[in-house]
Amino acid sequence: MFAEPRAVASRAGVALGRCQLVSLHALAVPVVGSLVVLALLLVPVGVGFLLLPPAARALRGLSDRARARADRWTGVRIGPPEPLPVDRALNARKRSGAIIADEGFWRDLAWAWLEPVAGGLLVAVPLALVEYGVFGALVQPFIWQLLDDGNWYAFVPVHSTATMGAALVLGLVFLAAGLLAAPATLRLHTRMSRPLLSAPRRIQLARRVERLTDTRTRALDAQAAELRRIERDLHDGAQARLVALGMTLDRATRLLETDPAAARELLLDVRRTSEGALQDLRDLVHGIHPPVLADRGLGDAVRSLALDSFLDVHVETRLPDRLPAPVESATYFAVSEALANAAKHSGARAVGIALTHENGLLRATVTDDGHGGADPARGTGLAGVRQRLDTFDGTLDLHSPQGGPTTVTMEIPCALSSPKTSSS
Amino acid sequence: MRVVLAEDVFLLRDGLIRTLQEHGCEVVAVDNGPSLLRALLDDGDAAPDVAVVDVRLPPTFTDEGLQAALEARRRRPGLPVLILSQYVEQLYANELLAGGEGAVGYLLKDRVTHTEQFIDAVRRVAAGGTVMDPQVISRLLLRSDARGTIGSLTPRERDVLELMAEGRSNAAIATGLHISESAVAKHTASIFTKLRIGPSADDNRRVLAVLAYLKR
Repeated sequence: MFAEPRAVASRAGVALGRCQLVSLHALAVPVVGSLVVLALLLVPVGVGFLLLPPAARALRGLSDRARARADRWTGVRIGPPEPLPVDRALNARKRSGAIIADEGFWRDLAWAWLEPVAGGLLVAVPLALVEYGVFGALVQPFIWQLLDDGNWYAFVPVHSTATMGAALVLGLVFLAAGLLAAPATLRLHTRMSRPLLSAPRRIQLARRVERLTDTRTRALDAQAAELRRIERDLHDGAQARLVALGMTLDRATRLLETDPAAARELLLDVRRTSEGALQDLRDLVHGIHPPVLADRGLGDAVRSLALDSFLDVHVETRLPDRLPAPVESATYFAVSEALANAAKHSGARAVGIALTHENGLLRATVTDDGHGGADPARGTGLAGVRQRLDTFDGTLDLHSPQGGPTTVTMEIPCALSSPKTSSS
Repeated sequence: MRVVLAEDVFLLRDGLIRTLQEHGCEVVAVDNGPSLLRALLDDGDAAPDVAVVDVRLPPTFTDEGLQAALEARRRRPGLPVLILSQYVEQLYANELLAGGEGAVGYLLKDRVTHTEQFIDAVRRVAAGGTVMDPQVISRLLLRSDARGTIGSLTPRERDVLELMAEGRSNAAIATGLHISESAVAKHTASIFTKLRIGPSADDNRRVLAVLAYLKR
């Protein structure tokens, strides 16, 4: 992680700037929070009814920004509470009543009290360290001679060149500590404010149920469609060929005595038809569950895809022995689709596929060196993949700027399967 | 010729035993991975001339047969193995060819319906040759074609290349394409020049060179 000192330094600098923004933001929060409290206090006199809705909305605006920042800066996604009840048809009194009855509003208010005290103080720590460090390292060397014996830097009495040097070193240490602490402080700040910023558990559960119902319906639809496709393929393909084969055999049997030459032709025909039927069945099985996937698991199945591709495909896998079969299958077809897209549309020559499994998350990335500009709205392939992954709470991210390169990232949360499924 | 046959589906095993016996082979049939490995390795001096192996075998019903064959070849380098499978997988073909010593074959199971060709393949593998299924070859050709690496070949040369990569001799290619053997020799020379494959006296090395080129 520390292999790139410049990257670490720039990351720390950015984090420090963000700490500064958070601390400024933490100044605005109590102002708006106090407005809300004032509005609540004025409710008995009636003015509060007019004041409360805009004040509550302003507070929600601040908490929304805090959530957006948490996502952008630390990658922590915080599910927002239900939107404030703002029915314009209602009068001010009823509207205020609805707001007061809303759980999210009270959480916002609690956050408004906590944020300046706990959050503001927390993000001030790296800022103070850096500022004091700058004072020690850059200012002390120039001013200590002008000051008398009362000049102290932290615990160092600065009144000689030696102690000035010590103060300078100490200042640099403070500076470095502040910079290094900044990213961790931001993360801690997010973790601290998350309980109040996120939606109440009841709402989270309701949303989850809604989502699960939705994906289950889609999974069932997809399954039914898949079964229909298999049935149709068998009906029109292998079955039809076998019937034709039976008919030809019948004719050959009848011709055997009278016209052996014609019978021989028919029998050769039978062989060709049976080969066709076998090929049909083979393709069908490949579409349901590719044999290498069944034999070897995801890693080798993707390697086999790579071998079949017209592009130069480099596969890198860091996977445990086997993953749950449905996840393997979904990921395989998703990677296959991404690879096919790269081959068809991107104009790429080389593709890199990486498969990793870390912290219960399977991640597959497919990167090509094509011209980019892929649009997920066009074509049904990616939509189908997304739907496939949806069933597993998985996600698909497409990053494809004009001029390339295109990266498709797929993530599926999954635990490992039991060891009994490991191949020998 | 002594053949160890590994196939778990009774109908197919029965048919294969008959076919092989009809062509004068002495067959030892097994129906799972562990006994295949025993039959290939534990016989001491009476090693089989060739093993005909189904990829998928019990007890795991995954690629047990292929694994057993590869393991046997690790311990007995050059042991002739002909793999039969319902599917032709490039990955498996590569693993078989990885050693580069030949005496391997990889065919789709339904090729056994062409008895002569199947027995011919068994014999060629037993003799140390390399036999690849036309499906493997045509996929490799398609791929190389898409990358523009075999664009310089004439259609006729491509036909010859295809059969050569499958492991056929010049005589067999001549019969297959209804041309004279000297014409085949002329085409092969031209192919080798165009693909920049060094000349080689050995039939088997010729196949490996072609395959290596196609896989590039």
